[in-house]
Amino acid sequence: MLSTLYALLFYFATILLVVGLALRIRKYARTPAPLKIPVAPAPKTRTGVFWRMAREVGLFASLFRANRWIWLFGYMFHVGLLIILLRHLRYFTEPVWFWVKIIQPFGVYAAFAFVIGLTGLLVRRFVVERIRYISSPSDYLMLLLLLGIGLSGMGMKFLSPVDIIGVKSYMLGLLHFRILELPTHPALLIHLGLVAILMIIFPISKLLHVPGLFFSPSRTQVDDAREKRHLAPWAAELEK
Amino acid sequence: MADGNDIRQEIRDALDVPCLKPGAMEGTKPFIAAPEHQEKLGFPGELVPDWKERALAKMADLAAKNRAFQVYLDTCVKCGACTDKCHYFLGTGDPKNMPVARQDLLRSVYRRYFTFAGKYFPWLVGARDLTEEVLNDWYSYYHQCSECRRCSVFCPYGIDTAEITMAAREILDEVGIGQKYSNEIIGKVKDVGNNLGLNPKALRATLEDLEEDLEDDTGISVRLPLDEKGADILLITPSADFFAEPHIDGLLGYAKVFHEAGVSWTLSSYASEAANFGLFIGSYENMREIALRIRKAAEDLGVKRIVFGECGHAWRVAYSFLNTLAGPFDFLDQNYPIPQHILEFTWDEIQKGTLNIDKSRNDHITLTYHDSCNVARASSMGNMPGGQFEIPRNVIKAVCNNYYDMDRDTIKESTLCCGGGGGLLTDDLMDLRVKGSSPRMRALQQVSEDHGVTHMAAICAICKTQFSKVMPKFGYQMDSIVSVHQLVSNAIILTGQETEDEDAAPNADAADAAAAEANA
Repeated sequence: MLSTLYALLFYFATILLVVGLALRIRKYARTPAPLKIPVAPAPKTRTGVFWRMAREVGLFASLFRANRWIWLFGYMFHVGLLIILLRHLRYFTEPVWFWVKIIQPFGVYAAFAFVIGLTGLLVRRFVVERIRYISSPSDYLMLLLLLGIGLSGMGMKFLSPVDIIGVKSYMLGLLHFRILELPTHPALLIHLGLVAILMIIFPISKLLHVPGLFFSPSRTQVDDAREKRHLAPWAAELEK
Repeated sequence: MADGNDIRQEIRDALDVPCLKPGAMEGTKPFIAAPEHQEKLGFPGELVPDWKERALAKMADLAAKNRAFQVYLDTCVKCGACTDKCHYFLGTGDPKNMPVARQDLLRSVYRRYFTFAGKYFPWLVGARDLTEEVLNDWYSYYHQCSECRRCSVFCPYGIDTAEITMAAREILDEVGIGQKYSNEIIGKVKDVGNNLGLNPKALRATLEDLEEDLEDDTGISVRLPLDEKGADILLITPSADFFAEPHIDGLLGYAKVFHEAGVSWTLSSYASEAANFGLFIGSYENMREIALRIRKAAEDLGVKRIVFGECGHAWRVAYSFLNTLAGPFDFLDQNYPIPQHILEFTWDEIQKGTLNIDKSRNDHITLTYHDSCNVARASSMGNMPGGQFEIPRNVIKAVCNNYYDMDRDTIKESTLCCGGGGGLLTDDLMDLRVKGSSPRMRALQQVSEDHGVTHMAAICAICKTQFSKVMPKFGYQMDSIVSVHQLVSNAIILTGQETEDEDAAPNADAADAAAAEANA
């Protein structure tokens, strides 16, 4: 019963995540940018833009300049999340890919970085007057949701181990559209439930910052307006 | 009403963050445009009865036409990185002047009507109904943003509040409540050709007077040609250069450089304005219409090149948008940048050695340089990234011996706005302008204290007018703001000019600064 419920939940969440995100990305990609608006220091070549984006995505370069505390906590959280996600691939692959095995030992540290980073961001939301002012309930809840995922996961790792073999066969089963038995560990059910919620709200929340960054004209445009004429289709209509 | 005199008492670090003072600037707003000024630009004369529907429809239209607007509405995570980056927030403490909060005035409405979460769980995501109160907030706080883009430099996603502000102003225009200052001026450009409403006859007389002054000063006949067909270069410069101090001294500097370079050039009475306030109100159509005047002037006069004088937002429109709005310029000489900045021109001449320069003529002052926001963050110069920072400094250092930069966090791409940009250079916003300039002024005071800096150079007509007005409130003389080409003008010794020992520093005439108020 519970196994079926969670299976349906995950299929539902996956469809919403993939379709929702695809629609959003299509919208961003199809919306024209009428003018060249790269913000300095703006690269003059595509290669330059590639490196600029690499610094933004890989190092959060602008955030680092803006505020070291937000950068520190945000970076810990995101890098932790990345390692955790990669490490979780072992629940979906058989045999487990070799590089997933290599990062296996770092997963534990990543979990701490993840939770500490999120806690730091949450505390700042409460404590720093300016950030409290701009925060809505959803901003706090988003952090709590992620913290819930992290803490329930750590609970299974450090306090009350779960039948990992059982979880893995359940997940592999889902990938082949077969519903097997899901271990009924409370922490696991909480963990998976929160992950499903996260997947569902991804395309309808501020989590859209992930695809958004790649469509931000101030960051992604090449500074070559004098050399190359840039014209949006609707603006070209004005010239007729 | 606070006139800003109190600000002098508290000389702090330029970027000190104030405590939040909610509502501090709530009443502040510029005069609303009269119906005639609205209609000339194709907007309704006054608030339309179905303003709510039209505002939302315009919002949807803009989101479909402008990727930046759509993406920036969705992407913000409220991390807080931008909260202490706006000079108006630093100067006023009003939390709605924090970039993210300013964006949220509009984003909250976007969420309410265009997103799933906002439609069904408005309380959860801070979504708000569009009410008259919200509309008033928009009018007030979207006219407390100078579209300087400083916040965008620091945002992890590059969210540019200027894009949101421009969209908001366009929505406001669309429902009938435009800003008097900007919209009236755009009307003047369409009628007469420049922001001042200076007709061709008056312009010609002004230029002739200036030619006489130049000859009196130097003994050399330096021309300021107008509407001369067949000239090589069309100079497009802000009309403040014809009227206001220290702008005029910059214009004389361009004339001397052209004279020494031996090129033929002309101004145009039809396009006697570099400024393009269409940018400020976010109107592509109005911006395009104004830009096309420049194209027409270039075609009619048969010039080979277009050079722009010292004007910040004009250079943004020229460098980043002119090719888009009024291109392609295949009838111009492709061996030169189209368009070219006067500083690019002058720097080339300095490197070629065509100018005879006596740096000691600027020894009586010690300088720093204010990077104007639109030049620094929204355009470039030369052909390498960062040319917009280096070329002006190179020119200043080539004509002055005493130069010091202000704090690194307040210059180049991190430069602070003068406080009067983006269509806010109007007397009805004087309180805001003084407060908004205070971070820049504190950075200047610091470099004055550390290195004895006496004067600040700028290459933007708005910056120059704004500073000549607000600097006295911070303990400086009105003429402590100078044009970069004024420094060039001071230092150039014209071919054949007699060089006796004379004090070559022209005195900026304070009274003229006021004339620039209606302009820039």
